[in-house]
Amino acid sequence: MATTGGNVPISAPRAAVTAAQDRSEPGAALDTKTVGQVTVANPVVSARHVDVYYGAKHAIKDVSLDIGRNAVIALIGPSGCGKSTFLRTINRMNDTIDSARFEGTITLDGQDIYDRRQDVVQLRARVGMVFQKPNPFPKSIYENIAYGPRIHGLAANRADLDEIVQTSLQKAGLWEEVKDRLEHSGTSLSGGQQQRLCIARAIAVDPEVILMDEPCSALDPIATARIEDLIDELRQNYTIVIVTHNMQQAARVSQRTAYFHLGDLIEVGATDQIFTNPGHKLTEDYITGRFG
Amino acid sequence: MSDAAASRARTSQQKVAATLRRRYHAERRFRAYGIVAVAIGLTFVAFLFYTIIAKGYTAFAQTYVALDISYRAEEIDPAGSRARAVLEGADYQALIKAALREHFPEVTERAELRKLYGLVSSAAEVTLRDRVLADPGRIGQQERVWLLAKDQVDLLVKGQVDRALPEAQRNIDDQTIGWIDRLRAEGRVEKRFNTGFFMNGDSREPEQAGVAGAVAGSFFTLVITLVLSFPIGVAAAVYLEEFAPKNRLTDFIEVNINNLAAVPSIVFGLLGLAMFIQFFGLPRSAPLVGGLVLTLMTLPTIIITSRAALKAVPPSIREAALGMGASAVQTVIHHVAPMALPGMLTGAIIGMARALGESAPLLMIGMVAFIVDIPKGITGAATVLPVQVYLWASSPERAFVERTSAAIMVLLAFLLVMNAAAVLLRSRFERRW
Repeated sequence: MATTGGNVPISAPRAAVTAAQDRSEPGAALDTKTVGQVTVANPVVSARHVDVYYGAKHAIKDVSLDIGRNAVIALIGPSGCGKSTFLRTINRMNDTIDSARFEGTITLDGQDIYDRRQDVVQLRARVGMVFQKPNPFPKSIYENIAYGPRIHGLAANRADLDEIVQTSLQKAGLWEEVKDRLEHSGTSLSGGQQQRLCIARAIAVDPEVILMDEPCSALDPIATARIEDLIDELRQNYTIVIVTHNMQQAARVSQRTAYFHLGDLIEVGATDQIFTNPGHKLTEDYITGRFG
Repeated sequence: MSDAAASRARTSQQKVAATLRRRYHAERRFRAYGIVAVAIGLTFVAFLFYTIIAKGYTAFAQTYVALDISYRAEEIDPAGSRARAVLEGADYQALIKAALREHFPEVTERAELRKLYGLVSSAAEVTLRDRVLADPGRIGQQERVWLLAKDQVDLLVKGQVDRALPEAQRNIDDQTIGWIDRLRAEGRVEKRFNTGFFMNGDSREPEQAGVAGAVAGSFFTLVITLVLSFPIGVAAAVYLEEFAPKNRLTDFIEVNINNLAAVPSIVFGLLGLAMFIQFFGLPRSAPLVGGLVLTLMTLPTIIITSRAALKAVPPSIREAALGMGASAVQTVIHHVAPMALPGMLTGAIIGMARALGESAPLLMIGMVAFIVDIPKGITGAATVLPVQVYLWASSPERAFVERTSAAIMVLLAFLLVMNAAAVLLRSRFERRW
């Protein structure tokens, strides 16, 4: 055990082999039930045979999925299907839940993030997260953005930090609205502004991947449209994984869509294809609104 | 069809109307219960305050008697050396006695003279000594000096002696009353603000007894308690709430902390006696040991309230910080603890207020001793306010009755200041999210 990579012992050898195969020949047969193409060329994140348990509950069952670079992938599915759980395995947020147990492998740029040598703090600096409910810190707008760069030591001096705060807010499309009141509390903003503040906060540490867990579910349609535009812009520089209950949103913002059902990854494919010509009965039922 | 629907709606409406009266009635009754409950509580509080203030406010004034004192050189400093030791050691009591004899020349009998000398407190000679030491030039002069009266005189002047009672049932006889009345008629009796009550330590003589020793003792004890229990309690709460694994051991610890909060305080006193005094050999009656014992007693309260405050911090803030890549400790120190701070402070102040009012455990470690000196530090012998109240309440002298109530007022004022501080700190650190 000490000689191997030191990740989760049960599935480590199998996962290591399949991961190696995948990289050598993309699209090669992967031992999975999922309909469609789970692998992509040159993936940022590559999950193989991921199982997550909450105590006795099997929340994610043998999910394998690649996440492509500089693209948006939408995770859809009915409530309790495991899409948020899967999202939270990518930055190991599930570690904070005592009863959660993880099996399988997830690599970020080919590096196993569940490896014992992987530092969780460093991982989360590379994989940012935006939550369902806007959750700015009860501090000033400036401090909200500056917090990440500060704890990670990204700014050498105050001018650097000012620069990071400004560019992050600009990228999140919030700069024009808040530039005159950076010292105001982040919680004084409207819901949509708060969520963009959270996005700005996430990109301030310059991550590779941004995870978004139903980022618009607490927002009105106008604020939602702004966030969707923002996601489209951010795609140039970041890889985005978004969980959403809103299928129009998935269709609007994503290039690939993955459909989860009761912990299984049923189908993955190009968004156009999933919404026009689903390959699995369950996917079709869900997107046509027969359940969900 | 619409007819049927309409009539169904009508009957439903009638049924609703029938229950409305009952519901409103129940609501009014429920409110009335609440108002009655609040009124009962307020009545008790009002009664408590009324009795304490009515009994105790007189203690803030004290009777003084003016006597014409002759600083006779042959009495104070017969050799004329004016040496400090000589002036300090002189018999000033004799000067007072002489002044009294001079003022009441008709009193000659020994027993009567003893009564006469009893008009003035034994603290009066200190007043004279201090005056002479301050200005030795007074020797050989005569001046009118206001001297502290004995507690009996004080009670009579304050109208707390029923003159209508037969002489045998009074503590003060007719002759003494006559002397006092004569002094009053001459304008030689005066009530002044009782600074001694706030400046003096305890005393067997009621007119000299003050709360300063108990206040200082309470202060030192509480400082020790706060300095020890707040950091330890908060650290324990943060660890248990944020870092400890949830297993049988932590469950066991949690149950024990909750049980400790309910242990009678006198048990902590016995524990303190056995551990701090017998085993570690710390001094008896000291605020240090009192503070340690009260720390033991306060810790569970602080831990429980601090944990509740930490629990109340929304999990979204923890997720936000962790999601940014803050470590567990950074998440707690930068975000969770500051948001829980108002709740923790409130818990600490509630614990402190309880510790301030505690007497039973302190009896066990000797803080009930009769201590005249005002403690200078945490290892000096001291008593605390509630124990002082207990001591005075059990003293036989009538004059201690008003002092007991006055000491309670000081204790309550102490409490009010602490609670006000809690409210201030709370609103200062409170953050909205």
